[in-house]
Amino acid sequence: MVQTAPPEVRDLSSSVSSHKGDRVFNRVITGAAFTALIVLAGITVFLGAQTVPVLHSQGLSFLTTTVWNPTATPAQYGILGMLYGSLLLAVIALVIAVPASLLLSVFMVFMAPKKVATVMTNVVDLMAAIPSVILGLWAFYVLNPAAVEWQKLLNQYLGWFPLFKNDSGNFLGTPFIAGFVLAVMMIPIVTSVTREVLGRTPPELINASEALGCSMWTMLRYVAIPFGRGGIVGGIMLGLGRALGETIAVFFVLKLVFNINFFHIIQSGGGSVATLIVSQFGESSGNPETQALLAAGFFLFAGTLLVNILANLIVRRTGRIQS
Amino acid sequence: MSSAEFENIATLEDEFTESPEVTPERQVEMSAHDISIWFNKRKVLEGVNIEFPKRTVTALIGPSGCGKSTFLRTLNRLHELIPGAALAGEIRYEGKDIYAPEVDPVLIRLAIGMVFQKPNPFPSMTIRGNVLAGLKLSGMKRPNHDDIVEETLTAAGLWTEVKDRLNHEAGSLSGGQQQRLVIARALAVNPHVLLMDEPCSALDPASTLKVEETIRQLSKDITIIIVTHNMQQAVRVADYTAFFLAAEGEPGHIVEQGPTTDIFGNPQDQRTLDYVNGRFG
Repeated sequence: MVQTAPPEVRDLSSSVSSHKGDRVFNRVITGAAFTALIVLAGITVFLGAQTVPVLHSQGLSFLTTTVWNPTATPAQYGILGMLYGSLLLAVIALVIAVPASLLLSVFMVFMAPKKVATVMTNVVDLMAAIPSVILGLWAFYVLNPAAVEWQKLLNQYLGWFPLFKNDSGNFLGTPFIAGFVLAVMMIPIVTSVTREVLGRTPPELINASEALGCSMWTMLRYVAIPFGRGGIVGGIMLGLGRALGETIAVFFVLKLVFNINFFHIIQSGGGSVATLIVSQFGESSGNPETQALLAAGFFLFAGTLLVNILANLIVRRTGRIQS
Repeated sequence: MSSAEFENIATLEDEFTESPEVTPERQVEMSAHDISIWFNKRKVLEGVNIEFPKRTVTALIGPSGCGKSTFLRTLNRLHELIPGAALAGEIRYEGKDIYAPEVDPVLIRLAIGMVFQKPNPFPSMTIRGNVLAGLKLSGMKRPNHDDIVEETLTAAGLWTEVKDRLNHEAGSLSGGQQQRLVIARALAVNPHVLLMDEPCSALDPASTLKVEETIRQLSKDITIIIVTHNMQQAVRVADYTAFFLAAEGEPGHIVEQGPTTDIFGNPQDQRTLDYVNGRFG
């Protein structure tokens, strides 16, 4: 018998389709995908480059102090109050927007008659399209005066609780109002994602829970929400991204102060990095103040990224199976 | 929901069992009286009368669209969860109308369990968690969860296959195993009746046989009502068979019902004869 060499092993996985159209399509798509990364890297490098000299002259006090004084010699820049303020506003917005969005989407998916749900879906999606400057104006002229009364009420009955304390007697331009506007902006985004996710609960799982004598509430708690958890958190993160970065609407209603307002959310004055930048940029005397503002932007950017990473970790951690 | 209410169901049944005047050949567990069913304005089922004797298996057969699955869903009040659903007539469980205004549908669904066409374990829960899901979801209290898990999985014919991996995800099981897991889940709330809507249609022949064995075993303790498209399956598992049929554009009804041996061996209606011999449907 003739001994033949075993056939040569050919790697099939590495070769992209040999069809010419496919190859071109592949390159275009790959290129487009990398563009996003390149833009992101570009922004990081640009902001990073502006941040280095600021950190050089200010040291860590840029992140740990609350003084913003471009005219002092030497000039002092500290954004701790702003960083904290951004976070505080985001938390207030989350606390208002997340339950509201969840309830809204549960209603649309599981309770509302089809026609009502369709109309509501469109209205909510339209809400997402309102430019933030319009919301800012609305907040300034309508929400602000109304919210002053709500806050007085809160203060009157719950003022013993530090959160609702107001030492100054001024209820205008509070973190609560700014957070509320952010919540209004978040609700359509979070609602549209959670609605989509809840709507995808497999009907056979809903059937199963109904046949086991589930009430609507237990079905939501043990079936629909665990099933959609990843998507729901994703939706909240999208909304949070908007809340952290939102500038104009907050600028209209929040009284910018550099001191940290830790938790007196219905007391006038607070901060946010984005508002700091927009309020100071126009009247900035050029470098180094402009650089300091860009550096603030860098840390806002980094903070947003951090929040996103944390959220991802949370999703993975809670994604474990229940016994 | 209190455990007292559950005990109430049990007592009701005991009284029923002991009552001397209700001892014909077989006691009736459930019965349908002149049932008609609508979806919105469309009547899908008309004039159904049938009795399900205690601890027997009844097969509902018939071509697709004849209303047998819909009928099954009225037996534990799942039909009413569909918008536009309506019903006339009475479904009696242990002699009482389950659609009476004072009846809590949740209790009915716990006493009358259901297994669906597609295996539907909760994917985010473990095997053990799935078995106990009914207790958790309904808030029903039963002691000794470990015993319940072993008993029901044994009854469903799955215990030996999964006893070493109760804390694995339910999604890791094969389709046939998932279907038996779902049966165990339905049994864990201690139902008296089990409704099965084509439980084997998504399974391979070997798994089908296992589920059928399980059905035969279970019928020693509970009443089973099974919708099936598989005529051999009806012959293998069912004591009684009802043949449903719907003429073009008309609501479905029962053409013939009786002991399975009669329906398949000596049908009285030509349509039944044609159907069980595979001449249509």
